[in-house]
Amino acid sequence: MTPTGSLGDWSVRGIVGTMMPILVALSVLEMGSGYVLHELERTFLDRPTLLVLVPVMIAMGGNLGSVLSSRLSTRLHLGTLEFSPRDTTILTNVVATLALAATVFAALGVTAYGLTLIPVVSIGGGMTLRETFTVSFVSGMALAVVAVVLSVSATYVSYRMGLDPDDTTIPVVTNLCDILGVVILAVVASLTL
Amino acid sequence: MTVPTAVRDAVRIYKESVAILTVSLAGGLFAGSFIGTEGMTETFASYPGLLLLLPAFLATRGNVYGALGARISTGLHQGLIEPRFGRDARLINAVAASFVNGITVSVFIGAMSWLILRALGRDSAALGELVGVTLVAGLLTSFVMIAGLLGLVFAGYKRGIDPDNLVGPIVTTLGDMFGVVFLYAGVVVVEVIG
Repeated sequence: MTPTGSLGDWSVRGIVGTMMPILVALSVLEMGSGYVLHELERTFLDRPTLLVLVPVMIAMGGNLGSVLSSRLSTRLHLGTLEFSPRDTTILTNVVATLALAATVFAALGVTAYGLTLIPVVSIGGGMTLRETFTVSFVSGMALAVVAVVLSVSATYVSYRMGLDPDDTTIPVVTNLCDILGVVILAVVASLTL
Repeated sequence: MTVPTAVRDAVRIYKESVAILTVSLAGGLFAGSFIGTEGMTETFASYPGLLLLLPAFLATRGNVYGALGARISTGLHQGLIEPRFGRDARLINAVAASFVNGITVSVFIGAMSWLILRALGRDSAALGELVGVTLVAGLLTSFVMIAGLLGLVFAGYKRGIDPDNLVGPIVTTLGDMFGVVFLYAGVVVVEVIG
């Protein structure tokens, strides 16, 4: 996140004063995904393979969203992005983002299962390869679609309101995706297992 | 733009990002397999509140040290700070502020986890235990994140790598890996003291 209001201010008080309210608000929101984990504690603790997926689900939505938002934001600054059906820039970026998500979450499903087979790592497991792959891929792609929708709409809103997307879109998208990653994983896991 | 150009562009974008996302995937898998170990699942079961605070704890690492990284990166670009560990007032202030932010928000998260479970009338670990764990974990992650982030950003900058492209992946990867390991270390410390 870019420390917007205090960019020229290098005092400890200034930096802490600007960031602390944001950090407190974000961690309150993050407790929402923690609450989902806590409520489904038995589902997760009985199937430790699901826990293996958690950090990647938290981080990857934000990663995909921030890569896409930064790219759209740069195109917007350069004047090469138009919000019209004839503009292929957005479509190209969206297709690339979904392809990246497909690669990452397929790899996650297979590797997470593979890790449960290594005795030294001592992960309880509790899920088959098919289950692990399905949960990882389905929730990953759902998260990628959410990240794409959020990035494009947040960039559009910044553009219409004359705000710099670098200051607005990227922090918002990254944090929303962080929160929704665990929620989507929990929903997909409860539906498929 | 014609269809073949659009496809070529999509392939180029894919290639530019796939390596960084793979690094982040590896860091996340390390963190995930740590959380999934028998010792860790037992710890989650015996300290109610720890699973509740996990996403917030991991995400704040990204927010606090991502902001420090962005600030250092901007400072380097503007020539306001030098790419080395030294007694530069701006560098010391930025590091001190991220330390204050990181520790305060860690303690806040531990306390909030206890408060939420209490308000809902659920079982929870003692307030002192949860805050003790997040305080120790917050302190240890701060040391590693600050040293690791500055070390890697300075080294990259001296080799002509734009720190803007380094900060995100470094913060996510180090934050995930050390975040979970130090939460466990926090539990160990609390058990020894308690």
